[in-house]
Amino acid sequence: MFQQRTGLVKSLLRQWQLQSMVIPGIIWMFIFCYIPMLWLIIGFMDYSIAKPMLQSPFVGLKHFEEFIGDDRFWRSIRNTLGMSAIKLVFGFPIPIFFALLLNEIRSIRFKRTVQTISYLPHFIAWTIFGGIMLNWLGEGGVMNQLMMGLGIQEREILYNSDPKYFWWITYFSDVLKETGWSAIIYIAAIAGIDPALYEAAELDGANRWQRMWHITVQSIRPTIAILFILAVAGMLGSNFEQIFMLKNNMNMRMAESLDLYIYNMGLVSGRHSFSTAVLFARSIVALGLLFLANYMSKKLTGDSIF
Amino acid sequence: MELRGRMRRIGVFEVCNTLVMLAVCFLTLYPIWFVFINSLNAPEKAILGTVNWFPEAFSWASYSVVFNDKGLMNGFYVTTMRTLIGTTAHVLFTAIVAYGMSKTNLIGRKVYMKIALITMLFSGGLIPTFILMTKLGLYDNFLVFIIPAMYTFFNMVIFMSFFRTIPDSLEESAKVDGASDYGVLFRIVMPNSMAVIATISLFSAVYHWNDYYQGVIYIYSQENLPLQTMLYKIIAENSMSFMQQQAMAQFGARLPGNSIKFASMMVATLPILLVYPFIQRYLVKGVMIGAIKG
Repeated sequence: MFQQRTGLVKSLLRQWQLQSMVIPGIIWMFIFCYIPMLWLIIGFMDYSIAKPMLQSPFVGLKHFEEFIGDDRFWRSIRNTLGMSAIKLVFGFPIPIFFALLLNEIRSIRFKRTVQTISYLPHFIAWTIFGGIMLNWLGEGGVMNQLMMGLGIQEREILYNSDPKYFWWITYFSDVLKETGWSAIIYIAAIAGIDPALYEAAELDGANRWQRMWHITVQSIRPTIAILFILAVAGMLGSNFEQIFMLKNNMNMRMAESLDLYIYNMGLVSGRHSFSTAVLFARSIVALGLLFLANYMSKKLTGDSIF
Repeated sequence: MELRGRMRRIGVFEVCNTLVMLAVCFLTLYPIWFVFINSLNAPEKAILGTVNWFPEAFSWASYSVVFNDKGLMNGFYVTTMRTLIGTTAHVLFTAIVAYGMSKTNLIGRKVYMKIALITMLFSGGLIPTFILMTKLGLYDNFLVFIIPAMYTFFNMVIFMSFFRTIPDSLEESAKVDGASDYGVLFRIVMPNSMAVIATISLFSAVYHWNDYYQGVIYIYSQENLPLQTMLYKIIAENSMSFMQQQAMAQFGARLPGNSIKFASMMVATLPILLVYPFIQRYLVKGVMIGAIKG
């Protein structure tokens, strides 16, 4: 830069107030973000929390080899991908449908009311919402009453004790809780569409469905693309607060996602180095997924995040 | 005229669509209604199972158990303190950092932004963070709710871009009058940013109120447990014993767990439900700011 070294010190001193605002933030980031990043290194060690870090022996890829040979690890990968795939395929379009249908409501007051009500569950804690689900899915619960009333099943089913229902329980409870909230972004994107487009289409004789498809959906395509990228990139993640609430010893076989596996191994069994190795591998793959999804979206739709 | 004609026509689609929307409203509100009516169901009826529409016999008994339960009330207190202190700390700290970052003449700004941006892409994750908290003495410490939640990159960027929209002339005139940077921030910039402060405070407050996970991981002793973590234990792990004892001491008979469970769920949700109609506008605004930046 054009400034001399002493000049730099002088200007730094002149703006010490601004610097004193930012530097605590940088220090916070170093402590709470960068130190944990550095500590990912214990994935390559036999770390014990009671000793200083550098006294722990390096063991190379031992933990990596161990989890790759662990069936429970692969089971957790299967569960994570399974739940994410169900949410992606059957869940991702639902807020879009909801936004499209809500957009067709003509009474502005009714539309507002429905929208406001629809995102209320997003602000209810998972403890509460999960508690309701557990009650509904249990013995004599709403779910059993409904299914038996409709004649779909003859006897009571303990839905949450049978692993085979677990993925669908996470899917349905997620849809019930988050649809309205996820739709906000689409509703806003739809609100930004130029009304002249609809008028022109109507003059050209386009019917409701044609207008919906050719104008509304096409206009919000970039929004859909970005959210889809984020959803694909997040496939290795799971809604921990949800799963942690709904899991139990009986459904663990299908409920243990990768996050829960890391939690169980690291904090319940106390194998810090082992689960850090899993964390490390997961971050690498997640980053790769983000770039891949971004690339795919750029190729297919021309819209991307970076 | 053409448009008017279209507005008046009500077809099959309109009817079906309205029904779908009503169904959405029902599905959204019913879970909360369900908790509400079951919390009011009299204990001797609640023992027979849950009700679907209305309480079989109306009673406040479960609420009086909840409000007399020292453990739950302490959880309520921890959660309230956590929400008040945590939200204030988050907004102040993040806003101050953001104000510094919003100044283009800040020396080292590019480096600072890079440092901040990297935290978005990589993170240490659960175990290294857990070890860090232990080493910092934050394990089983109330401050574990406050300090690690003081800052997020996302909210910093929202504050930063909002501060940029405040006209420089306002700040300049204060500077001419001899105000320091802190003076400008607290007397000029913050009062002109109430909308964004409200939005971020609300998100932060809802997070602090609803979070149970931090309590599960970092809190060991009963006196530091937030309400939501206690609820987690009551609902998911079925540790009802201490409440049952409380109820026995009070009523001399066993109260069924369910209605107490529902009453405590209601107590934990009520603050959110009560403020929701007034704050929902700000919450939506917050998502929109976030969406434009993100």
